[in-house]
Amino acid sequence: MGIDQRNGISRLVSWNTFCAVVLTLFIGSLVLLVMSAVLYVDVREFAAVFRNPDFRFAMRLSLWTSTLSAFLAVLTAVPVGYVLSRQRFPGRTLLDSIVDIPIVLPPVVLGLCLLVFFRTSLGQAMENIGLRFVYQSAGIVLAQYFTITPYAVRTIKAAFDNLNPRIEQVARTLGYTQGRVFLRVTLPLIKNGVIAGGVIAWAVAIGLFGPMMILVGTTRQRTEVLATSIYLELSVGRVQSALAIALLMIAMALVALTLFKKLTGDTRDHA
Amino acid sequence: MLDVRNLSIRFPNFALKQIEFSVAAGEYFVLFGPTGSGKTVLFELLAGLRRPDQGTIVINGVDRTFADPSVRRIGYVPQDLALIPFKTVWQNVAFGLYSKPFRPAENGKRSADIIRQRVNAMLEMLRIEPLAQRLPSLLSGGEKQRVALGRALVVQPDLLLLDEPLSAVDEDTGNVLMREIKTLQRRLGITTLHVCHRREEMEFLADRVATMSAGQLCV
Repeated sequence: MGIDQRNGISRLVSWNTFCAVVLTLFIGSLVLLVMSAVLYVDVREFAAVFRNPDFRFAMRLSLWTSTLSAFLAVLTAVPVGYVLSRQRFPGRTLLDSIVDIPIVLPPVVLGLCLLVFFRTSLGQAMENIGLRFVYQSAGIVLAQYFTITPYAVRTIKAAFDNLNPRIEQVARTLGYTQGRVFLRVTLPLIKNGVIAGGVIAWAVAIGLFGPMMILVGTTRQRTEVLATSIYLELSVGRVQSALAIALLMIAMALVALTLFKKLTGDTRDHA
Repeated sequence: MLDVRNLSIRFPNFALKQIEFSVAAGEYFVLFGPTGSGKTVLFELLAGLRRPDQGTIVINGVDRTFADPSVRRIGYVPQDLALIPFKTVWQNVAFGLYSKPFRPAENGKRSADIIRQRVNAMLEMLRIEPLAQRLPSLLSGGEKQRVALGRALVVQPDLLLLDEPLSAVDEDTGNVLMREIKTLQRRLGITTLHVCHRREEMEFLADRVATMSAGQLCV
C-alpha cells in the first residue's frame, strides 16, 4: 500500500469520524432535551392527563381534524404533484414556488391571512351561506389543510418524479386511456409516496399551533387541540401536565416520521 | 401497411427532419443508426406518444398522425422494457388484453377464458411458462426481454415497434433472442420496425434497412 493511498484512507477515516461525532452530538442533545422532559414529569401525571375530559376532547378533536385535513391534502396533492412533475408549461416554476409558500412562511401568517379573508366580502358571503370557519372546529381543518398540503405535494411529486414514465406510455399503447393508466398503473406504483405524503401531512397537522391561535382561538371543549392544550396548561402554570401532553405528541410524531421514512424507502440502516 | 410522409418535430437542441418511408405488410424493417440519431423519437411519434410538428403517419390506410396511442394497435417494446414491477409475468403479458380495444370478443366463450388461453400460448411460445408467477425484479435480462415481447405480441398488433430490444442483454443471450424474434415474426407475419445500432443484428434481422443520422433518414 502506497503512502498516498494510506493518506487517502486516513483522511476518509477522519472525515467519517468527524461526521459520526457531529451526528452523535446532535442526536444526543435532542435525546437529552426529551429525557429532561421525561424525568421532569411524574408518571402519575400521564394518568391524570388521560382522565382529564378537556384533554380527551382536545385529543379527539386533534385526531379527527388532522386525519380529515391530511386526507383532503392528499386528494389535492395527487393531481397537483402530477401536473408539477409531468407537465412542462410556461410559469411552472412560479406555480411550484407558490405551492411551497406555506412551508417557508411562519404558520401564524397563514392564520392571519385566513382571518383577514373571512373579513372580506367573499369571506362574509361564505359565512352567510353557512360556511363558517372563524372560531369553529371547521377552521382547524381549514388552517391545517393550507399548512400541510405543500408537504403532501412535495412528497407525492417526488414519487411521480421517481416513476419511469415509459411504463405509463407502454400501457397507453396497450389500449388504456390516460385515466385508466393512472388508476391501474401509476397510482399503485406511487402508492407508498401517496401514503407517505398523507403521513407527513398528518404529523405536521397534529402539531400545528400558530394558525389555530389566530383563526379559531383556544376555547376549552370547543376549539382546543393538543398543541393549544400545551399552551393553555402552561398559561395556568400546570407545567407537568403540559409536558405530559408534549411527550405524547413527541411519541406520535416519532411513530409518524418512522412510518414516513419506511414508506419513502429511506431505510438504508441494513447496509 | 405503414406510410410515413414528411414527418418532422423540433426540440430546442434536436430536430427530426422530413422523415419519409414505407413498410409493407409482414416486412421486417430495421432502423439503423448511432445513439442520439432520433430513432427513439421516431418510434414515439409512430406510437402516438409525441405529436409531430408536421407530416402524416398512415397505418393500414388510416391517417393515425394525431390518433390517441390507445387506438393505434401498436405493440411497443421500449429499450428499458418498462415492465410493470408489481405485476407478475403472467399479468404483465395479459395486461393489454384487459383494455377495451384489445379485449377479445366473446363468441360463446367467456373473454376471461380466451385471455387465459392466449396468454398461456404466448408464454409457451416464448418459453417463459415456468416464470408465469414471478415478478419482473426476479428475472434475468433475457427473460424480461421475452416478457416485454410477449406483452406486445399477445394483443396481435398491426405494427410491432422494437426499440433496441437486445441492448440490455449479453451477446450470447442477444444472439439467441435475435433468432427467436425473427422466427416469431415470420410465424406471426407481423409488420415490424426494429431499431438497433449493432451491424450483425441489422444484417440478420432486416428485410430492409434505413439508416438514421442526426434526425434524418436514408432508406
